[in-house]
Amino acid sequence: MVKSRILSKVNGNILFFSGLIIVLLFVFVAAFAPYIATHDPTYIDFDSVFLPPSAVHYFGTDDLGRDVFSRVIYGSRISLFVGFVAVGISLAIGVLLGLVAGYFGGFADTVIMRFVDVMLCFPAFFLILAVIAFLNPSMFNVMAIIGLTGWMGVTRLVRAEVLSVKTRDYIVSAKVQGLPVWLILSKHILPNVFTPIFVTATLGVAGAILTESSLSFLGLGVQPPTPSWGNILTAGKDNIMFAWWLSFFPGIAIFITVLGYNLLGEGVRDILDPKS
Amino acid sequence: MIQYILRRIFGMIPLLIGITIICFAVIHLAPGDPAQFLSSMNPKFSESAHEKFVKMYGLDKPVHVRYIDWVKRVAVLDFGESFAPDGKSVMEKIGERMPVTIYLNIAGMVLIFLVALPLGVLSAYRQNTFFDKSVTVFVFVGFAVPTFWLALLCMYYFGVVKGWLPISGLKSYNFDQLSTMGKMWDIVHHAFLPVVLSVFGGLAGLSRFARNSMLEVLGEEYITSARARGLSEGRVIFKHALKNALLPVVTILGLSVPGLIGGSVIFESIFSIPGMGQLFYQSVMARDYPVVMGVLVLGAVLTLIGNLIADISYGLVDPRIRYGKK
Amino acid sequence: MIRVRFLLLAALLVFVGCSDGGSNTSAEKEVKSVKKTAEKTKDTPVNGDAFVSSSLGDATGLIYNITSDSASHDVAAKIYNGLVEYDKDLKIIGDLAESWDITEEGKVIVFHLKKDVKWHDGHPFTSADVEFTYKFMIDDKTPTSYDADFRLVKSFEVIDEYTVKITYDEPFAPALISWSMAVLPKHLLEGNDVTKSPLLREPVGTGPYKFKEWKAGESITLVANDDYFKGRPYIDRLITRVIPDTATTFLELLNGAIDMAGLTPLQWTRQIDTNQQFQNQYDKYKYLSFGYTYVGYNHTKKPFNDKRVRQALTYATPKKDIVKGILFDLGVPAHGPFKPGTLWYNDDVKKYDYNPEKAKELLAEAGWTDSNGDGILDKNGKNFEFELMTNQGNTVRTKICETLQQSWEKIGVKVDIRVLEWATFINEYVDKQKFDALVLGWNITNDPDLYDVWHSSNCGGRKLNFICYKNEELDKLIVEGRKEFDPEKRKLFYHKAQEMLAEDQPYTFLYVPYSLVAVSNRFENVYSAPAGITHNQDKWWVKKENQKYHFEP
Repeated sequence: MVKSRILSKVNGNILFFSGLIIVLLFVFVAAFAPYIATHDPTYIDFDSVFLPPSAVHYFGTDDLGRDVFSRVIYGSRISLFVGFVAVGISLAIGVLLGLVAGYFGGFADTVIMRFVDVMLCFPAFFLILAVIAFLNPSMFNVMAIIGLTGWMGVTRLVRAEVLSVKTRDYIVSAKVQGLPVWLILSKHILPNVFTPIFVTATLGVAGAILTESSLSFLGLGVQPPTPSWGNILTAGKDNIMFAWWLSFFPGIAIFITVLGYNLLGEGVRDILDPKS
Repeated sequence: MIQYILRRIFGMIPLLIGITIICFAVIHLAPGDPAQFLSSMNPKFSESAHEKFVKMYGLDKPVHVRYIDWVKRVAVLDFGESFAPDGKSVMEKIGERMPVTIYLNIAGMVLIFLVALPLGVLSAYRQNTFFDKSVTVFVFVGFAVPTFWLALLCMYYFGVVKGWLPISGLKSYNFDQLSTMGKMWDIVHHAFLPVVLSVFGGLAGLSRFARNSMLEVLGEEYITSARARGLSEGRVIFKHALKNALLPVVTILGLSVPGLIGGSVIFESIFSIPGMGQLFYQSVMARDYPVVMGVLVLGAVLTLIGNLIADISYGLVDPRIRYGKK
Repeated sequence: MIRVRFLLLAALLVFVGCSDGGSNTSAEKEVKSVKKTAEKTKDTPVNGDAFVSSSLGDATGLIYNITSDSASHDVAAKIYNGLVEYDKDLKIIGDLAESWDITEEGKVIVFHLKKDVKWHDGHPFTSADVEFTYKFMIDDKTPTSYDADFRLVKSFEVIDEYTVKITYDEPFAPALISWSMAVLPKHLLEGNDVTKSPLLREPVGTGPYKFKEWKAGESITLVANDDYFKGRPYIDRLITRVIPDTATTFLELLNGAIDMAGLTPLQWTRQIDTNQQFQNQYDKYKYLSFGYTYVGYNHTKKPFNDKRVRQALTYATPKKDIVKGILFDLGVPAHGPFKPGTLWYNDDVKKYDYNPEKAKELLAEAGWTDSNGDGILDKNGKNFEFELMTNQGNTVRTKICETLQQSWEKIGVKVDIRVLEWATFINEYVDKQKFDALVLGWNITNDPDLYDVWHSSNCGGRKLNFICYKNEELDKLIVEGRKEFDPEKRKLFYHKAQEMLAEDQPYTFLYVPYSLVAVSNRFENVYSAPAGITHNQDKWWVKKENQKYHFEP
């Protein structure tokens, strides 16, 4: 009954499908980048700088004569990596702290939730900016900071869910049976929060990709020679009215991917949310 | 009620202390110091200059001593002097930048509410129609486009190619000589692109929120029963559904208070707007610790106040919420 | 007007300095407008109009002597005068000083000051102001970094109201130009804490322009000083706008909203030629800039302490390709720390034309061969790999790193690139000498003194010979060169020094770029000279019919 209802909702949801396809395409491109790219993305050739798009260079070439198409293809790996690791970090922290706070309550709960409040008080981008500037922009730091500043929502979500199921009969009985805490948490509580966490994660990946491009604009994102969409786009911004292809293609790539993740996340929420 | 507010305010104190400690630690343990910009990598600089500046800024003291000094001053609302040689205090610096940021943010926020709420409500009302889907895509497009890229494209097209809009800045050079109408037009003209683009980028959040909220209400029994009673559709929507659906939106207003002073660094860079974002970014890059601390603390305080306002206003409009038990 | 150029490492962008110093030989104006300039000069100059320029950052303060950023200096330079200045051909001439005598083999300088000079508030300028400025500079409470030259002064005597006598312990050739430091008004500053002085925001000087308004983060406006002792400047107002983004700056230029801006090589060569609107509004100027870009090797680390290795890396550096590819030929390859075309420059030194074979030979000689066949040279089981660093925010330097990575790989040297934020880079890596090799740039001063960057005593901790190059013979030349006042004799020391540097290759000198500037063509009497383009800015003017901005008095 529930399943068929979900299936019918899936069938009717074209946005969800577009999102799914975009995201799958994105993952596919990232996974098979070496086979898709036509050139070495870092190969410098001063004899072919600023060539407009052509049959040889689909997206043209940049200021060092590198193939923009190949750079964008390889850039998808970096963007995917940044997005996934950043979200992975926030999920790990968020879920763990949420479970602890919700399940054990008391002092641990107070401390953790106060900490969440403190973290939420910082204007997020200001904090990321300050930390990145102070620590140095590198791919690792960018991922870590985006992750470390994005877990608070997950914690609140998980805690609330834990609180609401903690007192239910099957949990209580599991406790009485002497099941270990981690088993109760992972078997009975986590599955309940899967949907909202999945949605948060999808939107998180989109957010991370955008944040990286914003940081790149300020020169604080992933640093060359590693090609990320953010830094390819930024490198092209000063030539927007002359070599449009430098910023156009990475801009479109970011745009479509972020849109895809958002549609997917919203779609999942729509489909699995029993209220709608 | 008053007791509740007092307790909340009292509860903010440990939060604030936590916030300041984190800020202070991050800023002061990071490599680089403000003295170095004034005293390194220039042969004309004397060798003793670095030491002189370190002393002058009090950077030779251990971090915890500096923190306590800082707290003592802030306790009497003195955020200290900026390290920059223009000799302004932190409050003066923030005061210079705040009006511009608030003005643009209020303009942007009002527009976001005016556009996003109807869009969200209508989408919910016509759930799963073509209209709903187009709106969804439209608001997410705004969210997904890298803002600086879109901004540059618009500046080039509307500014250089078409010549319709000024490219950057807030006023023309001859602003003082314009008539009153001219002045108003000049300001609107300059603010047009940054405001419209920030509205476009900000629609997604609120319109989705309004849509979900409306959907929830439309599924409630009292709507079904109102319809069953044969009330006109307009009456159902406006009298019953809308009122309840928009209640939670009030909280969003409270939550956006801190956003009012947080200027977007990127917008401000691109459009050459001398707002809070620029101030913060430049202070970070120059390691102007007092200003960085000032902006972060101010932001945090406003966030806390915003949360409080959100909670209170939610309670005021929704009688189901009672204060005192949390 | 002060025209001292400090050796600042251009931290942000290579082409920010639109009012930077310039060069002589290659000074060149685009052919199109040369004719027009000749016609223009016949007319009589008239007052009026405004000159709008832009800056990436806001000024930090407007007392010249205690700020160190170019945004502040560019504005303050119009407000103050020093005792001496460089003229357009980079000769030292009097500014507030009418004349001076150098006696006792250079140990004593006596300045005779101009008598008709008034501060912007009407107060007369006298030797007391000069004395105050000197004391201000050496006061430990003054937050200035420029005190080094003034601490060398043994005694400062006020002879009379318009004469001062300065005595040094020993002859010091750069001493004279150190008196181009802005002279400050004693009557407004004495006895006050300078860090709280209102003059930081509303400066009072003797210069061609008076302060009018400073909108924080937005613009600074100066107005012509009617009583300027060299005659009122023609342009009524100088407006400096803060535009933090380079792309926006260029769009504003295309739109005609700013009157002068530095261009990137790409903008110079391609964008602008395709834009008619731009061509009708601007004249382009180019001149060799006062700066060079280099790769520095850490001499305290192996294998960079081996001369052959450094020579090999230089041989494997395609300088010409870099100039062609990255600068679009808008620069010249560098072979030493001086600017081609100046008195101090010696072209007759060992040059290293791109030659990867020769590089491999030298490396083999030094013991580096690919013994395990993995494509990377090795010696005693260690691969030749190192980190090449540069600062974040300078795209040209990043591109150089990427180019070097590729071309050094061809001779079997593996390079990792690391791009670091400025403060961290300097503090944690350069000052602590925790780097292998780095790409950076130096500005070239008009005075040829090499002491700070090349003398072996300046190796280590926060000093500028951070690569720790040590050469006793060079040290001697540098010390002797500082004592010689006669340029013709003095240049011999530096010519010899360049030969040594070319042989040792402590740096791989890469190139000296051109400064590329666009100036609105409504301004008359604009021409580039060895000192750059803004050297005569107070003599620029606009014909009545071309004036764009009109201000009620």
